[in-house]
Amino acid sequence: MKGTRDVTGTTLKKKDLALLYPRFLWQLFLNSFRGGPLFYLWMTCLTAIAVVGFGAYAHQVNEGMRITALTDHVSWGLYIANFTFGVGLAAGAVMMVIPAYLYDDHEMHDLTIIGEILAIAAIALCLCFVIVDMGRPDRLWHMMPFIGRFNWPISMLTWDVIVLNGYLLINLHVTGYLLYMRYLGRKPNPKVYVPFVFLSIGWAISIHTVTAFLYQGLGGRPFWNSALLAPRFIGSAFITGPAFVIVLLQVIRRALGLQINDRPIETLRSILRITIPVNLFMFCSELFTALYTGGHHSAALSYLMFGHEEKTALVPWIWTALAFNAGSALLVHSKVGLRGLNAACVLAFVGVWIEKGMGLIIPGFIPSTLGEFVEYIPTLTEWRITAGVWALCLLLLTLGIKAARPVLEGELAARRG
Amino acid sequence: MAEATTTRRRALKVIGATLGATAFGAAAAPIKHWAENLSLGEVLQKHYQELTPEQLKGVLSRLEEETLHRYGANVTIEDIRPEPDTSFGYALNLSICIGCRRCAEACHKENNHDRATNNSYIRVLEMQKGSLDLEKGNAHYDHPVPAPDKFYMPVQCHQCDNAPCIKVCPVQATWKESDGIVVVDYNWCIGCRYCEAACPYHARRFNWKVPEIPANEINPHQSYLSNRIRPQGVMEKCTFCLHRTRRGQLPACLEACPTGARVFGNLLDPSSEIRWVLEHKRVFVLKEELGTKPRFFYFFDV
Repeated sequence: MKGTRDVTGTTLKKKDLALLYPRFLWQLFLNSFRGGPLFYLWMTCLTAIAVVGFGAYAHQVNEGMRITALTDHVSWGLYIANFTFGVGLAAGAVMMVIPAYLYDDHEMHDLTIIGEILAIAAIALCLCFVIVDMGRPDRLWHMMPFIGRFNWPISMLTWDVIVLNGYLLINLHVTGYLLYMRYLGRKPNPKVYVPFVFLSIGWAISIHTVTAFLYQGLGGRPFWNSALLAPRFIGSAFITGPAFVIVLLQVIRRALGLQINDRPIETLRSILRITIPVNLFMFCSELFTALYTGGHHSAALSYLMFGHEEKTALVPWIWTALAFNAGSALLVHSKVGLRGLNAACVLAFVGVWIEKGMGLIIPGFIPSTLGEFVEYIPTLTEWRITAGVWALCLLLLTLGIKAARPVLEGELAARRG
Repeated sequence: MAEATTTRRRALKVIGATLGATAFGAAAAPIKHWAENLSLGEVLQKHYQELTPEQLKGVLSRLEEETLHRYGANVTIEDIRPEPDTSFGYALNLSICIGCRRCAEACHKENNHDRATNNSYIRVLEMQKGSLDLEKGNAHYDHPVPAPDKFYMPVQCHQCDNAPCIKVCPVQATWKESDGIVVVDYNWCIGCRYCEAACPYHARRFNWKVPEIPANEINPHQSYLSNRIRPQGVMEKCTFCLHRTRRGQLPACLEACPTGARVFGNLLDPSSEIRWVLEHKRVFVLKEELGTKPRFFYFFDV
């Protein structure tokens, strides 16, 4: 059943192409289920976590969000924190694309597909986190342009809907097209995808800028109301993306036996050498402005760093994040091998995850706008749902890479009978 | 031999898939339960401003039926529109407020708030004399009032003319009416809580669960945009008791105030008490520097 009966890769007509594309997708889908015991174990674990998360979510939908630790004081928590982080991951994934296309580094070309698949999985993660945070998921259609009442261009959230979905479509198009051409055994037509590659670079910056604008445009939240927020978001996105991809490339190399040399990894390491210290520098700049000035603008930050009276829920988080960020900065700048680099990547990834979540979204609400210090410690339900969404994202990522692999290697081509 | 392995592998896959599907189905059960309480009419209901008079009538009677069914209470839910040439304003005299919280309690009853959480649209801060710093205030005081060296500052929705909450709503579920009141369509709100993050006055409340009120405590005089019982998962807020004030009555919080600290009225009426206060007292608004243009004013008498 593989391939086509009477067409060759070079003489395909438009009508045949239309028939072939669904078949190509079906082949990709089937391929993603083939693998060894380790692959099945990995997928079973992820599925199990996702199902537990889904169960917790079903419970939350039925009971209401009272089973979260969210309150009228801290009305966004773990979900929105992870959403924010996910947007950064999606934006950072294009760090593979920039050297490949902007600087014409051909060795990076093939690997950009992996960055794009990561971007797709990360956007799926973001959309899931937005949905699990909604009090009324049944009314999602109210947000759809033309069908619902889309408060564009005034609400920053509508901009976010546009840029995130746009980014998803761009990456789906580029990835789908490149893989499909490989499948057909044809040379991709640069006119069909290169403009979209460049578009995706600019678009990646936009998704995280708009997400920062969600917060920094709120005058009532001094902690977020800083012009440095968007640059900080971009800076930290270009930590998480490369850090994740460095580890991912090695996993792919080991698990799938794809030929990937160390050069792309070195390119990404040199990116991290800049972005990790820059991110720390921007954090220190915020710290100085708030703490040296004092007064209302420092309340949230000093609560975050040192606690307020007996309330210190966020203190261990932020110091862990800072230690991890500083540790990763030292590691990427010292002469360490791949193992040391991997440690740096894990530290940086977790460090930024904390910094953007427990270190940025939560303290925006503490103290509240009326000066009350109400703390937030996520419930088990929230952790379950969060783990479930991450598992789903990793499932998508694994399936995507698994599906792309034979195409990258040319195993699954339409011409073969 | 090879065939046997393949068969065994396939059997394992089928068993695995079946188990997975069963687990997924079991996990989804609470959603099914939740969906049973959703009527099709509710799911497909249009935005308040897009409903035709007939559709609105249908919605109101459906909501009345649902209240009877779920709470066992016979209520009337009306659609009460703004009066022409009306622009409401509110002022509060901080010199005579004693912090008794009767306003908050009256709000709780009038607006059919959840009993268990003791919700109210009004938060009263006990403030240290000599400072307007909200961080030095305390909303959880529990002693006879007024305490020496303290003053009291009730805070509720300021019905801002430049309201951040309206700007940020992604679905226009909250808007300003012609008389200045900021309302929420509880049947259009998606529960994203962006407005709650945007409000500088902690004026918005989210329904973290289904409100619970005994049938005999439900205020049966309700309106669509104000005090009808809210669904789970949506935002709500003070509406200056529009179901009362649009009919010439005063807000419940004002009527409950034992000291006469509250002054409410039509800003367009030169002979109104609120106009007199604005013209003769040194009034101020909270967080004026944010440019939100509140319609809620504070003043000191002495």
